[in-house]
Amino acid sequence: MMKKFSLLLTGILGFALVMTSCNNQGKGTSNGALTSNAAERVYVAPGEHDEFYAFISGGFSGQLSVYGLPSGRLFKVIPVFSQDAEKAWGYNEETKPMLNTSHGFVPWDDSHHPDISQTNGELDGRYVFINGNNTPRIAKVDLSVFETTEIIEIPNSGGNHSSSFVTENTEYVVAGTRFSVPVPQRDMPIKDYKGNFKGALTFISVAPENGRMDIKFQLMMPGFDYDLAHPGRGDSHGWFFFTTYNTEEASSLLEVNASQNDKDFIAAVNWKKIEEYVNGGGGKKMATNYAHNVYDESTHTATSTMKKEVLVVDPLEVPGAVYFLPTPKSPHGCDVDTTGEYIVGNGKLSADLTVHSFSKMLAAIEAEKFDGDAYGIPILNFEDVLAGTVKSGGLGPLHTEFDGEGNAYTTFFISSEVVKWKVGTWEVVDRQPCYYSVGHLMIPGGNSRKPFGKYVLAMNKITKDRYLPTGPEVTQSAQLYDISGEKMELLLDFPTVGEPHYAAGIAADIVKARSKKIYNLSENEHKYGIQTDADVRVERNGKEVHIYMSMIRSHFNPDNIEGIKVGDKVYFHVTNLEQDYDVPHGVSVLGANTAELLIMPGQTESFVWEPKQVGVWPFYCTDFCSALHQEMQGYIRVSPENSNLDLSWSLGE
Amino acid sequence: MNKSKILMFLAALLPLLLFVFPLWKITLEAPQYPTPLGMYIHINDFSDANPHDIKNINLMNHYVGMKYIPDAIPEFKIFPLGIIITTVLGLIIAFYGNHKWYLYWFIMMVLVSAAGLYDFYLWEHDYGYDLDPKAIMKFTNPDGSVMGFQPPLFGSKDILNFTAHSYPQLGAYCLGLGMAVSFVAYLLGRREKKNQVLRHEAS
Ligand SMILES: [Cu+2]
Repeated sequence: MMKKFSLLLTGILGFALVMTSCNNQGKGTSNGALTSNAAERVYVAPGEHDEFYAFISGGFSGQLSVYGLPSGRLFKVIPVFSQDAEKAWGYNEETKPMLNTSHGFVPWDDSHHPDISQTNGELDGRYVFINGNNTPRIAKVDLSVFETTEIIEIPNSGGNHSSSFVTENTEYVVAGTRFSVPVPQRDMPIKDYKGNFKGALTFISVAPENGRMDIKFQLMMPGFDYDLAHPGRGDSHGWFFFTTYNTEEASSLLEVNASQNDKDFIAAVNWKKIEEYVNGGGGKKMATNYAHNVYDESTHTATSTMKKEVLVVDPLEVPGAVYFLPTPKSPHGCDVDTTGEYIVGNGKLSADLTVHSFSKMLAAIEAEKFDGDAYGIPILNFEDVLAGTVKSGGLGPLHTEFDGEGNAYTTFFISSEVVKWKVGTWEVVDRQPCYYSVGHLMIPGGNSRKPFGKYVLAMNKITKDRYLPTGPEVTQSAQLYDISGEKMELLLDFPTVGEPHYAAGIAADIVKARSKKIYNLSENEHKYGIQTDADVRVERNGKEVHIYMSMIRSHFNPDNIEGIKVGDKVYFHVTNLEQDYDVPHGVSVLGANTAELLIMPGQTESFVWEPKQVGVWPFYCTDFCSALHQEMQGYIRVSPENSNLDLSWSLGE
Repeated sequence: MNKSKILMFLAALLPLLLFVFPLWKITLEAPQYPTPLGMYIHINDFSDANPHDIKNINLMNHYVGMKYIPDAIPEFKIFPLGIIITTVLGLIIAFYGNHKWYLYWFIMMVLVSAAGLYDFYLWEHDYGYDLDPKAIMKFTNPDGSVMGFQPPLFGSKDILNFTAHSYPQLGAYCLGLGMAVSFVAYLLGRREKKNQVLRHEAS
């Protein structure tokens, strides 16, 4: 009897458990409850590799960080716009020119939107482009070395925000200005903004063979704020779409004054048409001044060239090249679906998303159905181009990405959530909370014809209580959701470097196969580089001293130097003679007013040391390189300014 | 031309492939080298298994006072000459087609190869034991004698943090095959001869 009862009880309990688990599945991850095996799904076992690279912008850190997905592990912070003492970026003689601008040396910027180069609309993993927002610049990171190898300044621009997005074959990287400015810059009253300021949309060509950037033309648009952009793809390849706000052209208290118009615009730019116009000799050459900085991999040295001219195009001179699509409520993100047919305007002050149809836009243009113009640029009828509205129930839509399976995912800043909806039916199918105040989101390959899908990464502006507190300043974060099922599932939170604005993700296999292990010493053409210990020397030229030094496990050559005097300007040119994977050496000398050098195998780097005190000063290797790393050290003797001690140098004597 | 003669021509020519394929390979595995370091030994050269491997083997080995692997050794002149001479001899023998000489060529090749292996052993021993007295790290065996770092002649062996493997490569197999074929040619030649005699008697 007792036995029967307990059997029955077990049966009921079992039934209840089944019910509960069903229920759990139904509820998904609401209330932030994690799926029970979330840990397993983000766990990448020791020694295993992640499936995706995520390149996450550093925002006010100015850099680009490299993470693995799904683990959320940080691999590298690539210095881009900000000096980085760890890697001597912007400190050593080789990379200082990379941060040169028309305003002189600018050691910081605000990096926002990484985008990976494409071939035929698919990510090819050659380069990541990223914009500097504050002092307008576009940088190119070469993914064979994960280093910034080119930075081009954008003239006539201010707040380089609707950047840096690439076209289907990386024909162009596009940089749009968020703040319109006087063009050319001049001394004028701020209140005369309206009608006088210009908004430059810059098309930078990318050479197919070596990725070299060059400003092809600047489209001089009315003085609105050009917020974000995305290229057309598929049928809409050849067009570029930019959201605008402040079509009111206010110059003060924008939070009120730029929020008056019920609708702003998405600007549709037919760049192919403008390209033809420019190739046919169209456009005007305008005098200007901007820096173009290129790092050469064989000389391991950057050069900065000041360019004095840019080609500007007046949109009115190229009929049929630019149209305005009315879009409600100060749209922020401007996103194009994988087919290229739908252009999503994320009206940040509204609850709804506006989706425009590319084919309807073409039909309306064909029929010349315009609703007036703005500064001569035709405005299309809202109803004529509208494909649909996503009634989300959320608040403050910012950005949308696509999974390639007919679904779109939109972040809502104010209601702090990601909403999944169906492209074409505009039906909302799922929503998950973000912690907190999500900005951009990223699906690996999301800005291409062929997203890899699988995950969405939400990047949050605020974390509050999500991590251990670290005083008033707390980390910002990213959150990883699994999107392989019908419902999104929150898998992981992880902290980020700086503010993660946007990210670009790509299948790791595409990138890692191309990743270099060393620089070939035999290809080192650095002006002060050396190939063997036979070339080691110290040369004096007046007060300038050049030390041609080598480093290899586990010594410097020379490691004893005498004959330096107070007041000298001493250049350490140090070549790492190693040719083995992951054997960098570092070097610095006591009292150097600059960063250490961290030198990769086969590379040469230089720092300047201006000794101010007589004495014998040690230098040493700063990267634990080998069993004899602690022995990797040397001395440099500094004599009084009037000393007549000759230069001498040695190793092992 | 009878079969044994064709085989003998083949046997004499096969060792020439040593000029194309490596003779031997030494591989060093360690936790820090997910891609092991490796060196191919050709009859006239040492070469990297992966770029810069020999440089990196030298860098490792200098800690325990081992000499750098030389760019050239006298063997690189002697071995190719030896192969050319034995091949020419083999071809002449094949041309005259006396099967007994096939056997003599086979025996000669066994002796020459054994001498080559012994020479390789001597070089390895010198490389592993003739250490710089100022070596950074000095290791002794449990019995107090100086530890040597000689790679195995054939097979695998643990040396400090490395596991060393030493195995013949395609070139050596071609040489071996050439020798085997010459022996088969000898056996075949002997039978052909016997059959010929029998046939002769029968007629
Ligand atoms: Cu070191």
